[in-house]
Amino acid sequence: MLRTQEYFLNFGPQHPSTHGVFQIILTLDGERIVKAEPVCGYLHRGIEKLAESRTYTQVIPYTDRMDYLAAMLQNLGYVQAVEKMMGIEVPERAEYLRVISGELSRLTSHVLATGVYALDIGGFTGFLLCFREREKMMDLLEELTGSRMTLSYARIGGVADDAPEGWLDKLDKLMDEMPGYIEEYNGLITGNEIFQARTKFVGQLKPETAVNYSLSGPVLRASGVNYDLRKAKPYGIYDRFDFEVPLGENGDCFDRFYCRVLEMEQSVKIIKQAIEQIKEVDGPVMAKVPKVLKPPKGEVYHEIETSKGIIGYYVVSDGSNKPYRVHVRRPSFINLGYLDEMLKGYLIADVVAILGSIDIVLGEVDC
Amino acid sequence: MLENLFVGIADWLRSLLGGLGTPGEINEAIVMLAKLVAILVFILVNALWLVYMERKVAAYMQARIGPNRVGPKGLLQTTADIGKLISKEIVIPKKADVVVFLLAPVLIFVPTLMVFAVIPFGKNMAAIDMNIGVFYLLAIASLSTLFFWMGGWASNSKYSLIGSMRVVAQMVSYELPLVLGLLGVVMIVGSLKMSDIIAAQEHTWFIFTQPIAFLIYFIAAVAETNRTPFDLVEGESEIIAGPYTEYGGMAFAMFFLAEYANIMVICAMATIMFLGGWHAPFGLDFIPSWVWFFLKMYILIFIVMQFRWTYPRIRVDQLMGFGWKVLVPLALANIFITGIGMKIYQAIGW
Amino acid sequence: MKEQLAPVDEMKQKFSYIEFDEQKTVNVPADKLLEFMQAMKDEYALDFLTNLTAVDYPEENKLQVVYNLNSIEKGYTLMVKTDVDREHPEVPSVFPVWGGANWQEREVYDLLGIVFTGHPNLKRILLDDKFEGHPLRKDFRWEGGRE
Repeated sequence: MLRTQEYFLNFGPQHPSTHGVFQIILTLDGERIVKAEPVCGYLHRGIEKLAESRTYTQVIPYTDRMDYLAAMLQNLGYVQAVEKMMGIEVPERAEYLRVISGELSRLTSHVLATGVYALDIGGFTGFLLCFREREKMMDLLEELTGSRMTLSYARIGGVADDAPEGWLDKLDKLMDEMPGYIEEYNGLITGNEIFQARTKFVGQLKPETAVNYSLSGPVLRASGVNYDLRKAKPYGIYDRFDFEVPLGENGDCFDRFYCRVLEMEQSVKIIKQAIEQIKEVDGPVMAKVPKVLKPPKGEVYHEIETSKGIIGYYVVSDGSNKPYRVHVRRPSFINLGYLDEMLKGYLIADVVAILGSIDIVLGEVDC
Repeated sequence: MLENLFVGIADWLRSLLGGLGTPGEINEAIVMLAKLVAILVFILVNALWLVYMERKVAAYMQARIGPNRVGPKGLLQTTADIGKLISKEIVIPKKADVVVFLLAPVLIFVPTLMVFAVIPFGKNMAAIDMNIGVFYLLAIASLSTLFFWMGGWASNSKYSLIGSMRVVAQMVSYELPLVLGLLGVVMIVGSLKMSDIIAAQEHTWFIFTQPIAFLIYFIAAVAETNRTPFDLVEGESEIIAGPYTEYGGMAFAMFFLAEYANIMVICAMATIMFLGGWHAPFGLDFIPSWVWFFLKMYILIFIVMQFRWTYPRIRVDQLMGFGWKVLVPLALANIFITGIGMKIYQAIGW
Repeated sequence: MKEQLAPVDEMKQKFSYIEFDEQKTVNVPADKLLEFMQAMKDEYALDFLTNLTAVDYPEENKLQVVYNLNSIEKGYTLMVKTDVDREHPEVPSVFPVWGGANWQEREVYDLLGIVFTGHPNLKRILLDDKFEGHPLRKDFRWEGGRE
């Protein structure tokens, strides 16, 4: 009589496809997963604690270090939270620059997610092709903000600086080329038979479960739940743009992946409209804010849609120049909450496919 | 002149030895040894060159430049890499089975080298022309499974173990369609001797009469060498590097080079069985036969490399399903149809 | 753009134990929390627990747990708070209502030391299992130097 035995496998923290230092303790029966226990915290830096001893402006660079792949959106969430608390009106031009740089950040993040997912499934060329376009966007972001990844471009009351001369035209040109590149990704990655066989109907999420587990971003929308804060609760000037929210049907890995690809197209659309509209808006890019920021006693919770999902900033002020408490609702962290259930019954190769389709950034998970 | 370059060298060596007055048997043995050493050197150099070629092909497909620093056009890059790997310490895991662990990378080359002895690289250019050449080749080539398994088992690491389990499952199940694919050709020729098979293709290559068999063989062969899309054995995004996870330095390099040598074997085999071996197409006889052989072989290798840099990786259950549910029945059907076709041909009396 | 808020006045009539301030932030006593939250989910379609955190107020000797709820269908939001004693911080877990509370409650337990009764797996999530103390409490002092 044959007797089989279950065994443990430490999937991470040093593993090529955990996208950083994430660990999953797998209990395996052969190659099939019986139990999965995600372990995070290897990159915990205590950003929330650090923020308590920094002034309001000094917190901005810390937000970059969370989701360093879409840093502008992280900045934006924090800055808008503080502005909401202090009642600061942001100049028009700054709002447009925020949208443009934010959507460009989202594009870099989604392009990377697309490429890395191809790598997770085993296709190396897709990964590098995506990096090609990411490089171009990074160059543009560098020209605008002076930094490639940790942008720190948003300021409380506006943005750091106006766009350099000719920058918008360069961006416009790249956005014209983008649909062609996305077509190329679809040809190489999305359309591939093996890729579809690997991702379709793998790790399916029911819409009710996704909502119950507070999942957000493409993970939620791939299950067919239409919840994009840019549409549901338009912050900033997002109500001025015409775009759609791509939804998935099956809530599987393929839908999660493809939602991002479709979102790239929408981001391009938003940027194109913003470039068109910003030409008519002139003026300062910073509101008149005091040198020392002392928000009134109170608290605020503000959330925006980043590339990974909903990021929320809960800021408490005690009236001094330093925040009393900053809490960040990190989408990557909360999106992982259902991972253990999702993995059950799948194979080792599917662990990579499912984890990759959630698109986490460990800087954000561990904060 | 060029046509008989290598045959000429062998004859010259034989006559040189004949002049010394030693017994004929010893002379033959020395000539045979010289041939094998020549093949050994050729394989190793070629494997190095293939690593370079793969990098350049990958770079070209990925809009990069690829190696371009060491030597002209980066040609010496892999040589430098091997130099580095040789100088590295071989780390042996604490609980590894040391003897088996160290033996595996050494033995991994043995089947590959043995296989090359029967491959005819040109007209009269096989080291040994065995009358069971095809059978010998398949029998020896499937031995390499054992050495992958050895390495994975002896490492005493779970990733290695999973990798080596996959090796065994994959190689055993793809051996079958591989052999069944070749069977169609063997049936038509009626011989297992390589030179007979090549001679039978003087007018029509078997790729035209046995296209399905070629496809089955080629797919199974790619799986047999653990190349993308069947690279589950290494599957670097899943199980780090499979059986090689714990190997470093030259031990790893041996596995690595063996992979390229194996690609050469399967592509050479495909050339012999389906692409007419060293026969020149369209009567272009003025180009030496061995040039034709290598040209065909390299075109196939190039295709294998294209696969690797285009496709993602298949999953383990899909791999098994594809092997047993698609390739094997297809190969059996092919054999059946070939058999019927042969009978019909005989009946008509063509 | 003004955010839509849940109909707090209406809730007050239904649930006499709640209090709310001018920002329409609802304060619920800890022992009534689970009941209230379940009603929020069932009757007011607040099906998305977007944020769960806590703040330490040592002067008032309390820890305040903060819940932010969204309604995907109706589009409004609600902030719910509950105060707990600093010495014996115990709150019922809302995991039975929203699965999303799972990791967020573990995080709050890890960093602020609030025990969520009824949580299926209340372990530290970000810090090491052997770590002592709860760093986001205001009286936390790190004395180990750099690790």
